[in-house]
Parts: sequence; C-alpha cells; structure tokens
Amino acid sequence: MAFLEVKDIYKSFGKTEVLKGVSFELEEGQVLSIIGSSGNGKTTLLRCLNYLEFADSGTVTLDGNVVSDGKILKTLKESQIRENRLHFGLVFQSFNLFPQYTALQNVNLALSLMEKERAKKGMPPLYDKPSMEVAKELLIKVGLEDKMGLYPCQLSGGQCQRVAIARAMALKPKVLCFDEPTSALDPELTGEVLRVIKELKESEGITMIIVTHEMGFAKSVSDQVLFMVDGVVEELGSPEQVFDNPKSEKLQAFLQGLSVKEGK
Amino acid sequence: MGEFVDVSLRLLEGFSSSVIIFVFTLIFAIPLGLLIAFCSMSKFAPLRIVSRTIVWVLRGTPLMLQIFVIFYLPGLLKLFVWPAMNTGWAWFDKTISTRLIAALVAFSINYAAYFSEIFRGGIEGVPKGQMEAGEVLGMTKTQIFFKVILMQVIKRIIPPMSNEIITLIKDTSLANVISVLELIFWAQTFMLEGLIWPIFYAGAFYLIFVGALTIFFNWVEKKLSYYKV
Repeated sequence: MAFLEVKDIYKSFGKTEVLKGVSFELEEGQVLSIIGSSGNGKTTLLRCLNYLEFADSGTVTLDGNVVSDGKILKTLKESQIRENRLHFGLVFQSFNLFPQYTALQNVNLALSLMEKERAKKGMPPLYDKPSMEVAKELLIKVGLEDKMGLYPCQLSGGQCQRVAIARAMALKPKVLCFDEPTSALDPELTGEVLRVIKELKESEGITMIIVTHEMGFAKSVSDQVLFMVDGVVEELGSPEQVFDNPKSEKLQAFLQGLSVKEGK
Repeated sequence: MGEFVDVSLRLLEGFSSSVIIFVFTLIFAIPLGLLIAFCSMSKFAPLRIVSRTIVWVLRGTPLMLQIFVIFYLPGLLKLFVWPAMNTGWAWFDKTISTRLIAALVAFSINYAAYFSEIFRGGIEGVPKGQMEAGEVLGMTKTQIFFKVILMQVIKRIIPPMSNEIITLIKDTSLANVISVLELIFWAQTFMLEGLIWPIFYAGAFYLIFVGALTIFFNWVEKKLSYYKV
C-alpha cells in the first residue's frame, strides 16, 4: 500500500464538473508534479486535499488511514476537519502571508498556537524546543536569516514565497502541496524558490505535490509527473516517460505547444 | 468681558453635553455595529435579511426623525396604548436626562447601522486567501479572526471610520430638536437674545475638536503604516 493514495476524486461546482475521478499514488519522500493547462482542475485537486474544497466523492488514504472520504466529508465536525487537514500543508500561488506580522512571526504564529493547544490537551509537543527557535531555523533553511524581522511588504516576491514555505513546513505536514509556487513571481525570482523546494526534497525528504508550469523544474525534481486534462489523469509516469516519451496525443500536443512558445 | 465669560461658560456646558453624546454613542455603537455586521454576513438567511432591513431603515430615514420617534414614541404609547402605565412613568418624565437618554439611544442605533456597513466592508475586503492560509495552518476560526483578520480590518476601516466619527460630533447638534442642552442650543439661545457672535464661537468648538480628531486619526494611520493590506 502506497503512502498516499488518492482514489476517484470527484468535484463539481454547480453544474461544472471540475474533477472527474482523479486517482494516483505516491510513496513517502517522493515528489509528484502535476502539469497541464490552466482550468483543468489542478488547483482544485490540491484544494480538495487540503479541505479548502470538499470533494463530492472519492477517498484519500494517508499512511493506511482514510483521511478524507467524499461520502462523509460534509458531515464531519470542524475539529475533525482541522485534525485531518494538518496532515497536509499548502503553499499558495499568491503566498498569502499575514501582512501585519514579520517573516518570523508569520512562521511562528500557527506553530505557537498549536504547541499551546497540544500542551493544554496533554499531547506531546511537535518539537522539543520553543516554537520561536523552530521558526528561526526554518527561515535559515530557506535562506532568510537576515530578513526575519521584515514585514511581507518589505520582501520581494521570491522572499515572500520562501517565508510561506517555511511557514507551511513548521506544522510538520506529512505531505506538502505547492500551488503554482512561482506563477506570481518575476522570472528572475523563480529560481530561488525552486532551489529551496529542491533542497527541501534532498535534505528533509518530505513528500511533495507540486502544481507547476515550470517544465524543466518538474523534470528535475519529480519522481512522478501527472498530466491532467479536463479533470482526469491523462498520463502518469516518471519524468523521463512523460517528457521524453509521451504516449497520449494530448500530452504530446501540450509539450509541443510549450516548446514552440520557448522557441525551440 | 463679563459677557464673554458668560457665553464661554454656557457654550462649554453645552459642549460637554455634545461630548457626552459623542463618547457614549461611540461606546455603544461600535460593539452594536460589530454585532449587526456579523448578522448581516450570517449564512442564516432570516437573520441576514432582518439585519439588512434594519440597516436599510436606519440609514434610509433622517437621524432627526429617529430622534423624534425614540423620544416621543414611548410617551405616545403610554397615552394611547397602555394608559395603565401612566403612573410608573411619572418620575422618569420629570428628569431632564430622559431627553439625553433618548438622544443617546437614537444616535447609538443610527451610528451602529453605519458602522456595521463599514465593518462588513472591512471584513469582506480581507482577501479570502488570508482565511485559507490560516485554515491550512490548522488555526481555528476564532484564532484566524483575532490573530489574522482583525488587524487587517482595523487598518482598512480607519479612513471611513474617521469620517463617520467626525460627522458624529457635528451630528450631536441634532439633539437640539428634543431640547437637549447641547452646544447649538446655547448658541441659539444667545442668538435669540440678539448676540450673533456666539454662533461663530460655537463653530470654533467643533473645529478644534475635529482638528484634534484629525490629528489623532493621522497618528493611528501612521502607527499602522508598517504593513500594507
């Protein structure tokens, strides 16, 4: 049984069916990239995993436990959803840092609240050191040791996104999701963010799902690549398979379109 | 000189009534406005509709009319509807402060309606992503509101709130219509005696007060300028 099993996820908004039975599996420590044109349900899939949207049906199994089941999802209590949600982290396209807090406070806020709550409930802490220390270490890890006291409005887009990554890491999610982490960035800033994600893979071995339009990055960082069209998995395989040896015609056309754009 | 001192004392007395209305209206209207704002955003449709209807009525009719209604309605009710209540009201009617209380009630609910719309706009204006970021970090709805959303709302609503609050000090002169002894009431009294200048003098009171408010709100805005929303 795989570490993460996503099975038959369906999701509609009104009459529009966005996800039409998405399934995939991912082993622990592996990185899955999801590629495809905009409007094909990639973001919705991530949002379903993070309970920002409730899937209409389908199951998500993590480490042998069913963490999401479309049938009972809407009947779950707020507290249960919160608990399940903590297995996943999400880095947004638009960072969504809290503007009134410094970089350090942004990383520390949710973690310190969580540690307090755990202490109150008699649960062991997530870390054996103060949350502020953890936050500092995470910011050093993403290369922002000299920016800890700055506010989001004083940081560049790339720096903001690195803070957001540190913030998501702080809660120790089992699966970290990235929703087009570089799409809102100027081209010269995407490199630093992609480098951080790559380093996290190598040093932390964290399981990641990355929705991205950066094909070169997807190719180099992924263990698996998933090509999504119109709410279904069109092709799924190793980066070599998907990029160098695409089977589906739609994928061939998609990759062709990209290389034309890049002038190759 | 004696005349100036006399006028000054009277106007100061009137101005103190104005400031009382101003302060207590803020104390009551801000929490009440927040409550109305949450009702207006409720997912429970009947509550939302009732709340928005109340806001519509309070913003849709003149404040002066509301002052009249609140001051005279209890009296009219007891005359025509509940004559039996006559006895119990006698002590209450004799005190001048019923006028002030009626004015306070009218100002509080009227301003609560305006404030509620400012609060609603401020809360709804915070990008959805802020809420979502808090949610995926495992924060509770309450934590998200108090730790993340609130400070952003405060920053957003300061300019429209300062506008309303500046309007409020000048609107206190409307309490005049039910003979609350506020600033304009006294200025008018002197005018009826043939003294014109106290009305300009009264204007200076408002001007100075508004000047102080303006400086205060500029200071608050500056204090909060370290982040952008």
